[in-house]
Amino acid sequence: MAEQSIFGEENIQSENKQYNTLNLGPTHPATHGVFQNILQMDGEIIMSSEATIGYIHRAFEKLAEHRPFYQVTPITDRLNYCSSPINNIGWHLTVEKLLGVETPKKVDYMRVIVMELSRIADHIVCNTVIGVDTGALTGFTYMFQERERIYDIFEQMCGARLTTNIGRIGGFERDFSAKTIQMIRDFLSGFPKRFDEFEGMLLRNRIFMDRIINVGPISGERALEYSFSGPNLRAAGVDYDVRVMNPYCSYNDFDFTIPVGTSGDTYDRFCVRQAEIRESLKIIEAALNNMPEGKFVADCPEFYLPAKKDVYSSMEALIWHFKIVMGEVDLPKGEVYHSVEGGNGEVGYYLISDGGRTPYRLHFRRPCFIYYQAYPEMIKGSMLSDAILTMSSMNVIAGELDA
Amino acid sequence: MALTKEITLSRLQDKFGDAILSHDEPYGLLTIEVPADRNLDVIGFLKNESDLAFGYLTDLCAVHMPDQKGREIAVVYHLHSLTNNVRIRIKCWLPESNTEIASATGLYAGANWMERETYDFFGVRFLGHPNLKRILNVDHMEIFPMLKQYPLEDSSREDKDDRFFGR
Repeated sequence: MAEQSIFGEENIQSENKQYNTLNLGPTHPATHGVFQNILQMDGEIIMSSEATIGYIHRAFEKLAEHRPFYQVTPITDRLNYCSSPINNIGWHLTVEKLLGVETPKKVDYMRVIVMELSRIADHIVCNTVIGVDTGALTGFTYMFQERERIYDIFEQMCGARLTTNIGRIGGFERDFSAKTIQMIRDFLSGFPKRFDEFEGMLLRNRIFMDRIINVGPISGERALEYSFSGPNLRAAGVDYDVRVMNPYCSYNDFDFTIPVGTSGDTYDRFCVRQAEIRESLKIIEAALNNMPEGKFVADCPEFYLPAKKDVYSSMEALIWHFKIVMGEVDLPKGEVYHSVEGGNGEVGYYLISDGGRTPYRLHFRRPCFIYYQAYPEMIKGSMLSDAILTMSSMNVIAGELDA
Repeated sequence: MALTKEITLSRLQDKFGDAILSHDEPYGLLTIEVPADRNLDVIGFLKNESDLAFGYLTDLCAVHMPDQKGREIAVVYHLHSLTNNVRIRIKCWLPESNTEIASATGLYAGANWMERETYDFFGVRFLGHPNLKRILNVDHMEIFPMLKQYPLEDSSREDKDDRFFGR
C-alpha cells in the first residue's frame, strides 16, 4: 500500500510539475549574436523553447525597394556578414540574369575564387566557435589569424574587409593585382598546414567527440521538411548543393565533391564544414591555375561605372557615370529568382522589376531564417549546454536571420 | 523519363484543368497562377505525387500590387523538386479586402516562419497556421509595413527631395 501511495504522489507531482523559465539571451556571451530563447527547463533539461527574433531587423526588403540596383549591394553585405562577398555576387548574378548580361569566363573564375575564400572564412568562424563552446579556445585564436589573411585578400581586392561590397554588376571594379594573386597563393600554401593542425586538435579528440556527437541531431527527412540547405542539410545526409544542382559562375568547370554526413548532429556539421573548406581550397587553386585571359567585366555600360580617369576626361563616360549614380538607366520588366550556395545554404533573391529605377519587390531567401525555426525541435530534451553547441554549429548569423 | 517543366505543367493541367489560371516561364522558371482557395490542392498534389515530388519549399513570400484592383496581393511559393531538379513558382492572388489563404504548414514544416514573416509584412492571414503572429517587427505594430502605401521614411520631411534620389 505504501508503494502505491508513493507512485500516486509521483503522478500528481508530474502532472503539476512546475518548470523553470529561463531567458537565454537576447544578449548572452554564449549565443554569439542577438538571439533570445525562452526555455522551459526541468532542471538542466530543456522541455520546450520559444525563439524570439527580429532584434536587429533593418527592413532590408523595404529599403531595397527605394534604392537603385547597385545600391542594393551594400544591403546584401549585411545579411550574412561572415561571408559578404557571396551575398554581393549572388545579387549581381540576379541582376545580370534579369538584364541578360553574359559575363566573360574570367569574371566567373574571379568570382569563384572570391566566393570560395569567403566560404572558408565563414566555415572557420563556425567551426572554431564550436571549439570555443566546448572549451577549446586555442584553435579559435589561431584560425582567426587565417581568417584575417582572407580579409587581407579582400582588402587588397576591394578596399574593405567585412562588409565588402565587392565587385560590380557585370564583373569587378578592377582586375586582381599581382599582389592579390600572390596573397592568394601564399594563403593556399600556408593555410592547409595550419588547418591540419587545427583539425588534428579537434577532429578525433575523444573529449570533443564525446561532447558533440549526438548533440542537436536532425534527420534528413525532417531537415528537408524544414527547408534546410547548406552544410546543415548535407550533415543530415542530403547532398543538395546549389553549386552542383544549378551551377552558376562556371562551377561546372571545377572538380569537387560534396561532403555529406549521416546523423545531422553537431559533429557531422563540424565535419562537413571541415571537408568543405578543403574542397574550397581545391576549387580556388584550380580557378587560379586556369584563370582565363580576358576582361574582368562584362560589356554592360548601362550598369558598370566607367573608370574614374575616363569620367574626368570623356564626355560619354561622364554621362554614364551620372546616369548610373542617379539610377536613370532603363531596366527590363520581369521577375527572376536566382540562388547561390552561401556559407549557410541557398541564398536566394526573388526580384521583381517593373522597369523603374529600383526593384519593385526584392525578397531575400535567407537560409538562417528558414532553418533556425527547427532549433526548438532540435534542442528539446537536451541539456542547456547542448543548446549552445547546437546553435553555434548551425551557424545562425543574426544579420541573415533578421534581414 | 526525367521530369521536365513541360511534363509538370501538363500533369497540372490534366489534374486541375481551368484552375491553372495562367502559366508562363519568365527567365526559365515555370510560373503558374492558381485560385487562392485551391492553393493547398495544387501544392499538395505537387508534393505528394511520386513522379513530381516537389518536396522542398524554397521560398514563400508576398507581393503587393495596389494598382490591380481586386487582386492586389500575391502569395508566391517557390517549390523545388530536388530529385528532378525542377523548380516551380506558384502565385495566388488575393484581394486586399480579404487576405485569407490556407496555411501550408501541414505540408512543409518550414512554411511556419515564412508564413509568419509574410503575415508580419503584408498582413496575409494564413488559415490553420499554428502560431500566426509577428516575427521580425514589434508585436504592437499596427501596420503591415511592406504594403506599398507605407513610405520608407516620414513623408512629412521637407529637407529631402526624394525625386532626385531614386525614392
